Amino acid sequence: MPAHLSARLCSLALALFLIAFALPAFAGPFEDAVAKFANDDFSDTEEAIGVVAGSGNKLAFPIISALQDGRLMADPDSKKVYVTGADGKSIDAATGEAVASVPDSASAVRLNNRLRRSVDAALGSLTLQSPDVGTRLQAAQSVFKSHEETALEAVEAALAKESNRSVKAALGEARAAILLFKSDATEVEKLEAVATLKARGDQEALALLTGMGDQPASVTKAAASAIGSIQNSLAVWSMVQNAWYGLSLGSVLLLAAIGLAITFGVMGVINMAHGEMVMLGAYTTFVVQEVIRSRYPGLFDYSLLIAVPLAFLVAGAIGVLIERSIIRFLYGRPLETLLATWGLSLVLQQAVRTMFGPTNREVGNPSWMSGAFELGQITITYNRLWILLFTLAVFAILLAMLRYTALGLEMRAVTQNRRMAASMGIATSRVDALTFGLGSGIAGIAGVALSQIDNVSPNLGQSYIIDSFMVVVFGGVGNLWGTLVGAFTLGIANKFLEPVAGAVLGKIAILVLIILFIQKRPRGLFALKGRAVEA
Amino acid sequence: MFSKSTHDIAASFSRRGVLAATAGLLLGLASLTGAKAADDTIKVGVLHSLSGTMAISETTLKDTILFLIDEQNKKGGVLGKKLEAVVVDPASNWPLFAEKARELITKDKVSVVFGCWTSVSRKSVLPVFKELNNILFYPVQYEGEESERNVFYTGAAPNQQAIPAVDYLMKEEKVKRWVLAGTDYVYPRTTNKILEAYLKSKGVAQEDIMINYTPFGHSDWQTIVADIKKFGSAGKKTAVVSTINGDANVPFYKELGNQGIKAKDIPVVAFSVGEEELAGIDTKPLVGHLAAWNYFQSIKTKDGSNEKFIKDWQAYTKNPKRVTNDPMEAHVIGFAMWVKAVEKVKSTDPDKVIDALPGIEAPNLTGGVSKMLPNHHITKPVFIGEIKGNGQFDVVWKTPGLVAGDAWSKELDGSKDLIGDWVGKKCGNFNTKTNKCLGSGS
Repeated sequence: MPAHLSARLCSLALALFLIAFALPAFAGPFEDAVAKFANDDFSDTEEAIGVVAGSGNKLAFPIISALQDGRLMADPDSKKVYVTGADGKSIDAATGEAVASVPDSASAVRLNNRLRRSVDAALGSLTLQSPDVGTRLQAAQSVFKSHEETALEAVEAALAKESNRSVKAALGEARAAILLFKSDATEVEKLEAVATLKARGDQEALALLTGMGDQPASVTKAAASAIGSIQNSLAVWSMVQNAWYGLSLGSVLLLAAIGLAITFGVMGVINMAHGEMVMLGAYTTFVVQEVIRSRYPGLFDYSLLIAVPLAFLVAGAIGVLIERSIIRFLYGRPLETLLATWGLSLVLQQAVRTMFGPTNREVGNPSWMSGAFELGQITITYNRLWILLFTLAVFAILLAMLRYTALGLEMRAVTQNRRMAASMGIATSRVDALTFGLGSGIAGIAGVALSQIDNVSPNLGQSYIIDSFMVVVFGGVGNLWGTLVGAFTLGIANKFLEPVAGAVLGKIAILVLIILFIQKRPRGLFALKGRAVEA
Repeated sequence: MFSKSTHDIAASFSRRGVLAATAGLLLGLASLTGAKAADDTIKVGVLHSLSGTMAISETTLKDTILFLIDEQNKKGGVLGKKLEAVVVDPASNWPLFAEKARELITKDKVSVVFGCWTSVSRKSVLPVFKELNNILFYPVQYEGEESERNVFYTGAAPNQQAIPAVDYLMKEEKVKRWVLAGTDYVYPRTTNKILEAYLKSKGVAQEDIMINYTPFGHSDWQTIVADIKKFGSAGKKTAVVSTINGDANVPFYKELGNQGIKAKDIPVVAFSVGEEELAGIDTKPLVGHLAAWNYFQSIKTKDGSNEKFIKDWQAYTKNPKRVTNDPMEAHVIGFAMWVKAVEKVKSTDPDKVIDALPGIEAPNLTGGVSKMLPNHHITKPVFIGEIKGNGQFDVVWKTPGLVAGDAWSKELDGSKDLIGDWVGKKCGNFNTKTNKCLGSGS
């Protein structure tokens, strides 16, 4: 290296060194604000968010979004703040320069709910003009929620440029929300804002209109009429919502009861251990997910599909075992069966408790079972929707099996007239075992679905056993269609009673109604007719 | 464990079964203790459900006491004698709690009992402890309105959990509208009555309070969550104060997450959800929801006492992921207080220990020192924690000092003049207005 070049490099390095040291002295409000993230004090963090978001600095967006995701690291000792990326690279938040590594003493900047709201609002106004449509829509919605006056300019600028229709509508609503709360907005603007919110017509619009505070008389009047019309339309939607909730509850009841409709309804075994078969299905799901988590994490979204056949096999096999070892000696002795199966249910519970521990086990929701979508003004959650479809599918398959397969024919023959079936050459005891196994297996499948909405604990089954018996008895013993209609009737009735009477009284009312109904029609909704009943 | 529970199955069947189970249990114990003479050890009763619905919460507390006894014995026991645990399983069956308590005291001659979780189980054993004059340490947050001579309440009274939590929401989150949601039994009902009176005294209007009760183990939360959403859209900041107990919490939080209710919109503050309950849920959708307790596993202490406790506990249970929670800490404090009181009077005689306990101080696991008060409640710090993505809590607020437990709520008309004082007045329900002791039966 020539001497003059190295001398020049030296002076350059010296200059850089000087600049590096001089910088803190010239640090602007942006750098000061960034340093506040390191104070681990909620009000300092809030202040910093405001300054950073309003600074116009190009680092504002990466900093705030990192803060939201817990990727903003602060070192309390050196007061340095770093943005770490998903790819493992980090930059210094104050200067934007890449850093080799974040010191170990740094920890993620903490948030509380108040700060999360300010982060949302700040990110909203920062991303209003993002190239991605989804991000813009989300930004417009979070501005709508926070409706802070400072965002008005950004919203209007974005509105002028926006071409996508739904984002434009969302921006218009955000603008309306801001104007409604802006003290110096004109009356015309406010009336327009009320009209926009009335058109939106959902609970959030209602919230803004009812909470808008003092306004000119004409605006108050327009708002009152808007509130009235929104409330009317929401009342209609709430009926639809109740009906949907009822269907959803009905599907859960049906799912839990189908297996019992076979073992109790068709075979006449009072099976108190039915709920434990459901529980075994849920624990099978847990085990499947554990294996997937530790060995094949990529398959997690398919875990339920893998668990369904396994749960059927596990619960079915245990069902066959129970039938062979206990129940077959007790046919025709309902009281003894009841006691034996109840004891069995306690044994199974305690066995699971000993193996897996008494605490709840975590069964995760695959991504396609999480979240919800809006249909008009009601929210439909994916897990409930899938469970409804799954239940109907299980029901259809079971019905087809009983109707069209040889085993189904034999099952019906044996349950209708055991002696005649035996004389026709059907191995009745084999059919008994298989029928009980089928009912148990279906209970196991139900456990897979129920693990998505309920606790996976040794007590899981207990909460469903009463409901299952209720459904089967109400629907009519021995009739699968009765079980279907019974489950949905009870579900819908329960959900229409619940808003009026409350969850506790609603449940009591349903029980009373069933008692009265059974007095009138002891054989349930769809009573079997003919000689088979008397046998 | 297995043979014991089959005894308990029998116990639920018939009276004769109970006798058989008792006999079996005694036989088992006799063979366990074997050659040891009876007065070599001090017996400690553990009365927690190991089967049935409450096993989910209570099993951990049984393990906690066994762990504490083990630690104490390593230090040489108490008064030169080893401690010996006598574990019974009341099987989440309230009348069985009373029977098992009687068995512990009369047959096993225990010097003290650590036990119970639900208020109904505590009420069920109360007459037994009074009649046979023994000591019960009760480690769970409860509704208050009680101060008994034979019971020491190491969990939180409402003014040590519910009231500070509501204060936090009012001040920090500016909450104006309240949903009080609970399971339908005595603890949520009394707590909500106290909270309702407190909120009204702070100027909250009746129409801004929604009270909702659900049965035990409620699993279909769709309607209630939708109602909460609707209630929260009246233009005022809304929060949910949850006294929902046990298993029902998991489906409740799942439904909240699925219906998209985020903590930043409508926060939920829970009094019965701790690290143990969260172990069964994916907590990512719940980040930011709150819990109020006197202890969190995540709390860092200057002297490292919490960190050490967690390490020892995980080593004892041979499970590096085993969590700790608030009722466990209550047992830790209660156990330490009992040991100190016994060493102070050099006797395990219940009368002497009961008189010695008020005033005894023991370190809690969050770096402070808790003190047993004359009303048999203790002083505790109150923390508000936010749920994190990993199932732990991040403390966002705490009381500046320790809060003394009130046996009788100052918010309720029926109890605001009452105090419990077993030192000066020798009375659990002394009326300061009339200067009279109401005595038992109230």
